[in-house]
Amino acid sequence: MVATLTRIFGVHNLALAEDVVQDAFCRALEVWKFRGVPDNPSGWLMTAAKNRALDVMRRQRIALRYAPELGRLLDSEWTLSSALEAAFEPHAIKDDQLRMMFSCCNPALPANAQIALVLQVQCGFSAREIAAAFLIGLAAAEKRLARAKKVLAASERLFEIADAGDFAVRLDAVHRALYLLFSEGYHGASSETAVRAELCREAIRLCALLLEQPLAATPATRALYALLCFNAARLTTRIDASGNLVPWGAQDRSRWDRRLILEGERELEAAATGHEVSEYHLEAAIAAMHTRASSAGETDWASIVALYGALLRLRPSPVVELNRAIAVAQIEGPERGLEALRAIGDPEKLAAYPFYPAALGELELRCGRPANAREHFRAAVALARNSSERRFLERRVAACAAGTIVALNEGFVEDAHVMQKMTPEIRRRATQV
Amino acid sequence: MSEYLYLYRGGESGRTPEAAEKQMQLWMAWLSDLGQKGHIKDPGQPLEHTGKVVTGQAKTVTDGPYAEAKDLVGGYTIVEAKDIHQAAELSGGCPILALGGAVEIRPVMKM
Repeated sequence: MVATLTRIFGVHNLALAEDVVQDAFCRALEVWKFRGVPDNPSGWLMTAAKNRALDVMRRQRIALRYAPELGRLLDSEWTLSSALEAAFEPHAIKDDQLRMMFSCCNPALPANAQIALVLQVQCGFSAREIAAAFLIGLAAAEKRLARAKKVLAASERLFEIADAGDFAVRLDAVHRALYLLFSEGYHGASSETAVRAELCREAIRLCALLLEQPLAATPATRALYALLCFNAARLTTRIDASGNLVPWGAQDRSRWDRRLILEGERELEAAATGHEVSEYHLEAAIAAMHTRASSAGETDWASIVALYGALLRLRPSPVVELNRAIAVAQIEGPERGLEALRAIGDPEKLAAYPFYPAALGELELRCGRPANAREHFRAAVALARNSSERRFLERRVAACAAGTIVALNEGFVEDAHVMQKMTPEIRRRATQV
Repeated sequence: MSEYLYLYRGGESGRTPEAAEKQMQLWMAWLSDLGQKGHIKDPGQPLEHTGKVVTGQAKTVTDGPYAEAKDLVGGYTIVEAKDIHQAAELSGGCPILALGGAVEIRPVMKM
């Protein structure tokens, strides 16, 4: 709704759009207090917002400078109502949401500010909720939002998808933001509840929106959507009833969401066109392997190593190297895995990542050196980002005495080791990168 | 059973969406409880805080009423109760009271 109203008022009047939405919402609640919530509350809210917008515009017509592309229509009482009506058509609303998303993902803004902006103006998160999502103070979140909105407002008009020269660049930024939004929810690096499904759901919803717009529905968008589906399918099993992190090998596969997996498969298939193999293709292919396997034991580690290798060439990252090393350990044994871990190019980037020492610990344990393993797990505990991770890693410290080995647990990108078969097309592309 | 009009005065429910949502839930719970017990004749409506007042022979129209916020009528409900005492008692669960507002109870005059 903010997106639609911003389209009407102009992006420089973002604050006004937000006020109108909030006002419409509060008024609706006031009525619902007495009459009960209607069957279609969102339709109701839309109407309320439209009426509030009309009020505001009639009252402030002289003072307001509207969106430049609509200004003429909105300035005249003859066309005001119908122009507003058109702007509130369902397809127009979707277009506005897309424009808003592209506007929020302004490369002039740091990625975390882009996401904060998307969360607030598109997902309706309050500054307090955003602060909780990023584990920052309320004041810091407000500051981040205020700065981001200033940049957004300065752009004067919403990003026009059809005629923008830097569309491809912007689309990359949008992909990145959605990816981070999802992984923020999935990792839950910053929260008591390690999985905040809400963030994941919003990322999927916005990504689905991209798929509806022909220009934005590129193979990379499809691959990203597939990746999010595969990972979302496993959201519920990642944490057990008492809030403990469950390593992938121990998850109850029968509880994975089949519908999401099928959707992921379909989009991944559809993503296999054109010349581009994005990082999302590769990650989705890895995630697909994971969801296709009937058990953790049936694993084509060689293909996994190859996929991680391709991913590394495309996007060098110590986290990807870490995951590749884990896969190497599965084929060539824990000693070779440790070698690969120690060979990681940029280890200082992993200094705060608890699953780096955890991987070292797990492999040391498999090599039969529990004392070394315990040291690594202790280091990992010290880096744990939430209580689920901490409890999981503390159990690993305790397990060193008993010598119990568990499957290695990793994060979002990396949470994939079971590979049965790849879509032939993706496999071909993966090896071409 | 007789009819009574509840007039809700004052008790601003807060301008943040979170506060408004909380209030809505409290009100809906209260009113649906009264409804289930057969006390609601008409759940009523909220009222805008603006209006006009027409006075006297001259039918002078002025903006208003500009009562103080705490006295302004923000909505009404018509309930059915055995007597005014029960009507007063039933209003005790109204969420407006916790916000410093008041419920004015007026018996509907019967022939």
